Amino acid sequence: MPELSRGLSRDQVRHLADLARIDLSDAELDHLAPQLNVILESVASIQGVAGDDVVPTSHPIPMTNVFRDDVVVPGLTAEQALSGAPAVEEQRFSVPRILGDEQ
Amino acid sequence: MSWIYKTAAEQAAALAAGEVTSVELTQAHLDQIAKVDEQVHAFLYVDTEGALAQAAESDSRRAAGRPLHELDGVPVAVKDVLTTTGLPTTCGSKMLEGWIPPYDATVVARLKDAGLPILGKTNMDEFAMGSSTENSAYGPTRNPWDLDRIPGGSGGGSAAAVAAYEAPLALGTDTGGSIRQPGHVTGTVGVKPTYGSVSRYGLVALANSLDQVGPVTRTVLDSALLQELIGGHDPKDSTSVQAPVRGLVEAARAGASGDLIGVRVGVITELGRQGDEESGWSEGVMGVFDDAVEQLRKLGAEVVEVSCPSFVHAMAAYYLILPAECSSNLAKFDAMRYGLRVTPEGNPSAEDVMKATRDAGFGDEVKRRIIIGTYALSSGYYDAYYGQAQKIRTLIIEDFTKAFEQVDVLVSPTAPTTAFRIGEKADDPLAMYLNDLATIPANLAGVPGISVPAGTAADDGLPVGVQFLAPVLEDARLYRVGAALEAAVGDVLGRDKLDHRLGLTEENK
Repeated sequence: MPELSRGLSRDQVRHLADLARIDLSDAELDHLAPQLNVILESVASIQGVAGDDVVPTSHPIPMTNVFRDDVVVPGLTAEQALSGAPAVEEQRFSVPRILGDEQ
Repeated sequence: MSWIYKTAAEQAAALAAGEVTSVELTQAHLDQIAKVDEQVHAFLYVDTEGALAQAAESDSRRAAGRPLHELDGVPVAVKDVLTTTGLPTTCGSKMLEGWIPPYDATVVARLKDAGLPILGKTNMDEFAMGSSTENSAYGPTRNPWDLDRIPGGSGGGSAAAVAAYEAPLALGTDTGGSIRQPGHVTGTVGVKPTYGSVSRYGLVALANSLDQVGPVTRTVLDSALLQELIGGHDPKDSTSVQAPVRGLVEAARAGASGDLIGVRVGVITELGRQGDEESGWSEGVMGVFDDAVEQLRKLGAEVVEVSCPSFVHAMAAYYLILPAECSSNLAKFDAMRYGLRVTPEGNPSAEDVMKATRDAGFGDEVKRRIIIGTYALSSGYYDAYYGQAQKIRTLIIEDFTKAFEQVDVLVSPTAPTTAFRIGEKADDPLAMYLNDLATIPANLAGVPGISVPAGTAADDGLPVGVQFLAPVLEDARLYRVGAALEAAVGDVLGRDKLDHRLGLTEENK
C-alpha cells in the first residue's frame, strides 16, 4: 500500500492537472498545491479503518441496470443539440485540430 | 399585509378561494426581488416576463375551473444547477455563462406541468461545490439575517430567496448538505429526500451517487407539498426508485396538530458535544439543540442516545468519493459541444483548447476537487483512497441500519456553527468542509433528512436548525416530527427583525 500522508509535490500536482486537462499557471500551482496537501492529509485518516472483510458500496441503494422499452421517442433536433456549441459548421460541432504537435 | 409573507399553502388556499390572482402573487414576489435582491443577491436570473405570462395562464385556468394542481399559480425559484428551457443555466460557473439548455430537468417540467410560475434561477457555489455560495463565479449571496454573513451552500441562493420572502418555494439540490445547511443558517426548512425518490434528470451532476433534488421553503408543510409534486419515478433517470414516497403532506399536517407519543428519537452521540472537538460545535448551536430535544420530550417522544461510530469517518470518505465522481462528471466540460471555449494563440490543438478553457472556466474549489479526484482514482492509489472510502460507506450504512432498529428517527444539529462571515473560510478548504459534518452521512447512506428552524443562538442571535434523519423511503417520518417541532417552537425567528436588517420599513414594504 502506498504511503498516503507523504503529500504531493508541485510536479505531481502539475501532472494531475495535466491528466485532468487543466492548464494551471505557476501562481495557481503555488496557491493550490499546499491546500491539496492539507486536504489529502485529512482524508488519509480513513486508511486502515475498514478491513478486508468489509465490502465496498458504490451506491446507497442497490441498483440494477435499467432498459427502457425499445420504442422511438422524440429526441433533440440537430438545431437544439447544436444550440450551445462554441462553433458550428455544416450542422456539426466544429472543433480545433485534434492531433497535437508531436503526433 | 403583503401576500409574500404568507406560506405557500396559504397562498394556494387564497388562490383557490379567489382572494388573490397568480399575477398579483407573482408580481408581489417580483417587487420584493426588486427591493432586496441587490443586497441579498439570491438570484442569478429573474424571468419577470416569463413568470408573469405563466401566472396569467394560471389565472385563466382557475377562472375556467381547471387548475392543474393545488399549487397552480404559486411562484417558485429554481437553483441554477437544474436545466430550464429558455432560461440560462450556469451552475454558478463561468464555464456555462449564458448557456440556455434545450431541455427541462424533470423536476422543472413537473413544476411547469403543475402551473407554478418560475421566478428565476438562484445563485449557488460553482457546480454545487461549497458550503457558503462564495464559490459562485457571479459573486456571493448574502444571508438575509446578517448581510455580512454567508447563506450556506451550495444552495445559498434558494435558501436566501425563501428567507427574504423573494419566493415562497424553491428547489435545491443536496449532495452533502447543500439544502439542509443553508436551511440551518437562514432559518428556513430544507429537505433532502431519499436517494432516487426525486428525479435527477436535468440536474447537472456533481456526484451521481450522492446528489438529490429537494424542497426549500419556510414551513414543513410547504416542503411536503413541493416534495410530493416533484417526486416519483422517472424513466429518464436510471437511479430513480419505483416505490413512490407518499403521505408527506398528511404527515406534516398530523405532526403540526398532534403529539409525538410513541415516537422514538435517537440523539446521535458523534454529532454534538461528545463528538470530535476539532469539529467545533458551538455553544450557541448546542443550546438551541438541547432545547429542541427537550421540546420533543415534552411532545411525548421517547428520546435516547444512539451511537453511530463510523460517522467520524464520514467527512474523509465523502471528500474522496465526491471528488472521484466529480472529476469524472466534469470531464464533459471540454469546450467542444457547449459552454465556454478559450482558444490560446497560435495553432492550438483540441487538447490545448480544452486545457486553457478548463483553467479559465473553473474556479479554485472546482480545480481542487477535480485534482483530488483524479489522484484518488489513479492507479496505485485507488484501493487506498477510493476503495477504502467505499468501504466506510458500507460501515456508515450499517450504523444507520442498527440505529433504526432502536429508533424511528435520528436527530442532530444541522451544522456545527451559525452563519460565519463572508471571507472567513474562503481560502481554508478544510474549515469549510467541516460545515457538512452532520449532513454528509445521510448522502452517503441515501437516507432522507430535513433541517427545521429551531431557534436563534444565544451568543449571536442567528438562526439554528435541527436535523432529523429517517430510514430510506420513510420521508414521511421527517415531516411528522419536523412539523411537530416547528409547531412547538413557534415563530422564533421574527419577521420584523429580518425586515429591519434588509432596510425595509413600513413605508417601503
